[in-house]
Amino acid sequence: MHRFANPARFLKIARPLTGWLFWPGLLLLIAGAACGLWLTPADYLQGDTVRILYIHVPAAWLGMGGWTGIALAALMQLVWRHPLAGVAGRAIAAPGALFTAICLATGSIWGRPTWGTWWEWDGRMTSMLVLFFLYLGYIALANASARQGQAAGQGGVSTVTAIFGLVGAVNIPIINRSVVWWNSLHQGPSITLRGSSIDGSLLWPLGLTLLGFTLWFAAIVLMRMRAILAQNKVEARMQRLARG
Amino acid sequence: MNQWAFVVAAYGVTAAGTAIMSFVSWRTMRRAETAAEALPGRA
Repeated sequence: MHRFANPARFLKIARPLTGWLFWPGLLLLIAGAACGLWLTPADYLQGDTVRILYIHVPAAWLGMGGWTGIALAALMQLVWRHPLAGVAGRAIAAPGALFTAICLATGSIWGRPTWGTWWEWDGRMTSMLVLFFLYLGYIALANASARQGQAAGQGGVSTVTAIFGLVGAVNIPIINRSVVWWNSLHQGPSITLRGSSIDGSLLWPLGLTLLGFTLWFAAIVLMRMRAILAQNKVEARMQRLARG
Repeated sequence: MNQWAFVVAAYGVTAAGTAIMSFVSWRTMRRAETAAEALPGRA
């Protein structure tokens, strides 16, 4: 990973990669959503509302995956002092928060016709809401440290922000196991390493939207990393000019 | 209860969020890279 510690080398790869990830990702997620809306049968119990599955599950995956990425970036910053790790953490935070919010919103919309309620303070929903607040806290800390010039390396985040990112990762296994540990309106794990409890006729578009949203998410992270690096370059040059 | 109204609302929220995030991220990147390219004495 230290091969990409040089921003110039990283940008050489990131520039073409952004488009290669963005457009196939967008195409796949649109195709998956269209197939989920029009080509799959309605569920025998939930009816047409089961189609929310194709956006709700990728949103949950990216909300949790985003924070896992922040924690890994924090680890790389704290242990190996990788100069781009903090930049990656900052770049992941906003799309991660967005997908956590989308997961909560689509889950609530799905819950009303299925469970008869928009919200329930159970383990899964509450821990997901905590994740959303963790993202907001991380974004506030990262922005504050960047403004005060405490960020390490090339426009990254402060040590305190990185530690917050690492400690916050304790919520990820709690979200994952919440439906097993506590009684919940939310169903138990449907897709595990042993297989899926969802019928194949309903499951297949989920692979398309999962892959599509993941590629799209990676492209957005690259765009935001490129923006941070460019802003940092301008700021560094301005400071040099001001010093004469 | 019209089930499709809930489906449309969920997809609408997701499409709006995805489109706004795409646009904002792309515009921020373009502006920042344009400003960096316009720096005086750029190597």
